[in-house]
Amino acid sequence: MAEKFDAIVVGAGPSGNAAAYTLAKAGMKVLQLERGEYPGSKNVQGAILYADALEKIIPDFRDDAPLERHIIEQRMWVLDDESYIGTHYRSDDFNKPPYNRYTIIRAQFDKWFSEKVQEAGAMLICETTVSDLLMDGKRVIGVQTDRLGGEIYADIVILADGVNSLLATKAGFHPEIEPKNVALAVKEIHFMPQETVEARFNVQGDAGVVIEMAGKITQGMMGTGFLYTNKESLTIGVGCMLSDLKKQKISPYQLLEQMKAHPSIAPILEGGEMKEYTAHLIPEGGYKAIPQVFGDGWMIVGDAAMFVNAMHREGSNLAMTSGCFAAETVIELADKQKPFTAKNLARYREKLDASFVIKDLKKYKNMPDVFHANSQFFTTYPEMLNQAAHKMLTVDGVDKKTKEKQIMANFKHRRSLFGLMGDALKLWRAFE
Amino acid sequence: MHIVVCIKQVPDSAQIRVHPVTNTIMRQGVPAIVNPYDLFSLEEALRLKDKYGGHVTVISMGPPQAEGALKKCIAFGADAAILVTDRAFAGADTLATSFALASAIEQIEKDMKVDMVFAGKQTIDGDTAQVGPGIAKRLDMQLLTYVSKIDELDLAKGEIKVQRRAEGGVQVLQTRLPCLITMLEGTNEMRFATMENMFRAARYPVNFWNKDTAGIVDVSKIGLKGSPTLVSKVFAPKPNTKPAEIIDTEGHEPRDLALTLLSKLFTQHPKLRDSIVKQAA
Repeated sequence: MAEKFDAIVVGAGPSGNAAAYTLAKAGMKVLQLERGEYPGSKNVQGAILYADALEKIIPDFRDDAPLERHIIEQRMWVLDDESYIGTHYRSDDFNKPPYNRYTIIRAQFDKWFSEKVQEAGAMLICETTVSDLLMDGKRVIGVQTDRLGGEIYADIVILADGVNSLLATKAGFHPEIEPKNVALAVKEIHFMPQETVEARFNVQGDAGVVIEMAGKITQGMMGTGFLYTNKESLTIGVGCMLSDLKKQKISPYQLLEQMKAHPSIAPILEGGEMKEYTAHLIPEGGYKAIPQVFGDGWMIVGDAAMFVNAMHREGSNLAMTSGCFAAETVIELADKQKPFTAKNLARYREKLDASFVIKDLKKYKNMPDVFHANSQFFTTYPEMLNQAAHKMLTVDGVDKKTKEKQIMANFKHRRSLFGLMGDALKLWRAFE
Repeated sequence: MHIVVCIKQVPDSAQIRVHPVTNTIMRQGVPAIVNPYDLFSLEEALRLKDKYGGHVTVISMGPPQAEGALKKCIAFGADAAILVTDRAFAGADTLATSFALASAIEQIEKDMKVDMVFAGKQTIDGDTAQVGPGIAKRLDMQLLTYVSKIDELDLAKGEIKVQRRAEGGVQVLQTRLPCLITMLEGTNEMRFATMENMFRAARYPVNFWNKDTAGIVDVSKIGLKGSPTLVSKVFAPKPNTKPAEIIDTEGHEPRDLALTLLSKLFTQHPKLRDSIVKQAA
């Protein structure tokens, strides 16, 4: 006889784990299906963990979660070929518990999170791919896995199957993901002694530094780079929109190789040993690309629902929060003995709308379009800014007033006055 | 028919990393898997069960975490799983391990007669290929290693005929049950577990046995005490960083190229030349 559960969660990443954990804690009979060999085996992220979202689900996670370093300093670099100009923000406040952000290694973190989910009472089955949704008319009534006798029934199915949610596409809940709405990111982990990491970033104990990068490292494509400190390794990566990579015929690893050779980056990695190379898609279509996230008997959470704030490099927190909201919606309806119809599940979207998840995505809704249409933000401007800094900081007998004039002349030459004003307006509108 | 399959949980050697600084094995984050060689034996046992009916019991000695490997065997279709786990087993070499497992199998036999025992050809972490034969010796069973095919099994007569890969050919061996078999890799392909068995595994409570349940009285034969093997040193081999020499072949006769290669080889290994000359003479 086919198995029947209160809820089936497809996927064991941050959103799926958050949903399954919350449901199981409420005493529901939950089945979580993961196609990987173990939770985390197929999951890739930078990775920064934002404490707030996890804390709301597992308040005492700091007791035993595998955390690498808490972030006390954030650097933002704008790079051209030889140099970078940037800002650093470091605060001793960030060095006082409870810490706000941590670097993590996902394979370890996801395993831990999944153990919590199973302790809460959910059943996890790995190495099992959900190939189809079982439908009764328009209503989802369960899932079909790739195993013999793979029909499993549930009152509600939560799709947490990640960025390329084939399941939702197959079921017709949203169209196939478009290359302009997804970034392809690659990263490497370089191991080096803990003391070396600490010396190179001027940190002690478990404190760490994050560097976010933009500029010529992406060769005019819409994208960013990053470098994070782990306990005894550094994570370095770069990601660009898939449509741009396709158009420019650049492979991501070439981009990463060039980035690693940058004179400001190479010395940081010097002597490290590369031990891990991963790549993943990131849904960066933003607000306008969010699909329908609920319907009769189903909800979509996390990456599968495009919940990534590309501007602020946030994703796992949106994933966990959306997973939690979906679970809460189910619990509330179950308490009132209401069916999981689209009408009733609309509460999930309301919760999202009222939270930072949708509010932040909405704020930057025009950002993808602006960056797609204006590659100068990734090439011309980084160069201009770096050249300006270089000019002002080179002491060569030329007076500062003349230098300013030369810088302005260069700006106008490269971008024209209208161009500069137009760009400023576009950015201001997009950030507004 | 009752078949006991011995398995071991091992770190996935494909994902093991050696710490670049301390040279120690980094186990953190390395997934544990069922020793791949054991799966050929498990699959063969399951095929016999499919064909002749019966009961497959999987047994392992290891830390409590090895429960995961045993559950996986249940998912593939094993009927029961026993984990022999006790702090007293810590530090066991192959001699002590085969003693403990043999003792546990004797306990299993008290409930249900054991017709055959399967074990992996060897493990991917120890590579000794000693535990299977050790169990056979201790249980006084016929030993069939490197089996590539089971030709015949006559349960009424208690006879089995197998093909065994031996140096230079294949041996066809016939013997009486009970026997212990280690299967050669690549001889079968592990089945894809059914959904029903996946659920069964997820819910299955693995039987935890300690040294007493496993019927062990003489503690001097288990764990570190029962292990005469001493590991004196563990080290990572130094990587060979010598770059390969590339010889341009353009415009050269094969004969000349062969001579060039030989002269380079003999310059580096003068003894090789002497021994070839000696053999030729």
